Amino acid sequence: MAIEIPQSFWLYFIFFALLLVDGLWCMLATRNLVRILIGVEILMKSVTFLLIVAGYFSGRMALAQALVITVIVIEVVVVVVVAGVILGLFREHDSLDVENTREMKG
Amino acid sequence: MSLMTTLLVVLVLSALWASMTTPLLRAALALALTSAMLAVVMFSLGATLAAVIELSVCAGLISVVFVSVISLTQRRPFKEYLARRRARLRRLWPLPVVLLALGIGLSFVRAPVQIALPLPATDGDVRTVLWNLRQLDLFGQILILLAGVFGVLVLFKKEAKDGD
Amino acid sequence: MSTFLLLVPFLAVVILNLLPKRARVAAFAITFLVLALETAAAFVARFVAVDWSFLAPVERVLGFGLSLDHLGGLLLLCAGIVGMAALLVGRRTLAEASERFMFANLVLVALVGINGIAMVRDLFTLYVFVEVTAVATFILITLRHGGHAFEGAWKYVILSAVASVLMLSSVALLLLSVGGISLDEVKTALATPGTLTWVAIALFLCGLFVKGALVPFHGWLADAYTAAPAPVSVFMAGIVTKASGIFALLRIASSCLGGALPGREILLVVGALSIVVGAFLALGQSNMKRMLAYSSVSQMGYIVLALGGDLRLGIVAAALHFFNHAISKSQLFANAAAIEERLGTLDMDKMGGIAARMPVTAGTTAVATLSIAGLPPLAGFWSKLLIVMALWDAKEYAFAAVAILASLVTLAYFLSLQRRVFFGKTLPEWAAVREAGVGLLVPAVALAAITVVLGIGFPFALRVLLGGGA
Repeated sequence: MAIEIPQSFWLYFIFFALLLVDGLWCMLATRNLVRILIGVEILMKSVTFLLIVAGYFSGRMALAQALVITVIVIEVVVVVVVAGVILGLFREHDSLDVENTREMKG
Repeated sequence: MSLMTTLLVVLVLSALWASMTTPLLRAALALALTSAMLAVVMFSLGATLAAVIELSVCAGLISVVFVSVISLTQRRPFKEYLARRRARLRRLWPLPVVLLALGIGLSFVRAPVQIALPLPATDGDVRTVLWNLRQLDLFGQILILLAGVFGVLVLFKKEAKDGD
Repeated sequence: MSTFLLLVPFLAVVILNLLPKRARVAAFAITFLVLALETAAAFVARFVAVDWSFLAPVERVLGFGLSLDHLGGLLLLCAGIVGMAALLVGRRTLAEASERFMFANLVLVALVGINGIAMVRDLFTLYVFVEVTAVATFILITLRHGGHAFEGAWKYVILSAVASVLMLSSVALLLLSVGGISLDEVKTALATPGTLTWVAIALFLCGLFVKGALVPFHGWLADAYTAAPAPVSVFMAGIVTKASGIFALLRIASSCLGGALPGREILLVVGALSIVVGAFLALGQSNMKRMLAYSSVSQMGYIVLALGGDLRLGIVAAALHFFNHAISKSQLFANAAAIEERLGTLDMDKMGGIAARMPVTAGTTAVATLSIAGLPPLAGFWSKLLIVMALWDAKEYAFAAVAILASLVTLAYFLSLQRRVFFGKTLPEWAAVREAGVGLLVPAVALAAITVVLGIGFPFALRVLLGGGA
């Protein structure tokens, strides 16, 4: 797959920033627990992307790949754990509303 | 616009779709698409092994987790859903505008930091790096998977007892 | 030696799960043994140079590239002591067999993570071990469903994910600007730093601020501590939050940021904010665990503030305060567990005059609170004195004043705790309350004893804790 690769790092960085803003907005503009997790996932995508881009531009792609593989494994475990927490909250309140996570006060 | 730029635009568009679409299931699918697009981008940057793993694990496994969570929790009447969608769109409509403006704005800005690229290092094969230099990370992976197994046992234990 | 600190707890987890179901009652004993061994190894290493070369053949096969210094050894010591206290509390308060078994397992997993944090020489691996510890802790919070367990875990898990994003972006930027992510490479690069390198370091520090629950990222801490079962809150407050947030900060400060650092204003401001905001939030609490949690925010602010002062003295002061606070705060959570077990509530407005009924709990609580508030001759006084001195040396007089004045607020909220819980006439509903069982008193008394001994024998203790170097 021969793809002409733009030489400027800045182009990649712009797309990283867009993904980051998108993920943050997704997390903050919702009241649904699952959608907050989707926002977190988009943030993780943006960081994975940045790691690979960093590997590409610094000529350390093998290292970057090794890091990304570890990140992906951690990501999966965290998603499973968060999913379990979401299910637990759902079972207690029968709803996915974030209001249910604001009961503790003080 | 080069092919790479097109790929990146599609990547951001699918992430945008994932954050804006109302049905949760569709959002999960859009997230899987985002992962797949990211894998393609990674592949074309030369990160072949990581791309394969991103594709199989993130686009595959994580989607399975999302779909099961969503199917276990969706019990909402259609009317409520429509009302909710209107409220959601009110909160989300600025997002594409903001992203577009940000993208165009940033592309006119010159990179504020000069990056002095380090010398292209003697960078071996990813497998060699992972197994020889990053053993500790591998150990960490094993541990976190172990923790994940305990997590499943602890977090889902009620199900077995209640039987619902 | 360092490889074994990771392998032994890991193998212990494997062994625990290979045990037949009937033998699983031994889980606590095995975990306790591992923790005791770790404590002993970390403690002995401070007096005599132990020759670990007989372990070398194994380490050649699994060369993890770890290094154990005095700072790391201090964390190991804390982890061992706090872990044992948490286990003792758990033995009394976790009733169900499966809960106990899971608790032992997850404490061991978190212990490997903490030991890793103590010894890594690489920012990405640091992130990996911080994440291992965090995941084990999320699960520990939800060990007992119900109450607000899931709510507390949710807040921790989501903010922690944001912290991961910050730390990983930092790693990526460092890869770009430095070309490597080991602490040594970063240190070399910081000798002639560029903007990008500083941005990356700042991002990593922000991630650690979230993990360490410093203001403005403190939102999750009180909920997570309050929602967690008693032994888990002992473990979290004593070591988890400190290892994954504050110790990592200490490690970076001590091995990367030599001399005067341009970003230290950030540390000073964040530290001072945490101290003041945490102290005033603690003042307004009526739940005992919540008050202790906000007090933790405030005390961790002191550690960060110390790093903003004169760096050489600051690191010594920070490390000492780290140790003192780990001991005292885990003891206070053990006391809270004892009170909760006997009274069935943590609402301080409902308590009153418990001292007459639970004299040992009251006495040990007094020791820990006075130590944290910084009253001489207890251990907390000395570390706070060193922190103020570090700030004074760096000519940060305003921040030194904040540190001293905030001690008064600390004293105020702890006196309010003493007054509401222990002093006064015993309320009629608590007239029949008995002192907590031996299982809960042993950790409280032992930890209080450490605080007292450390305070009185401070000059000697300083040498032991910091391994002579200081």
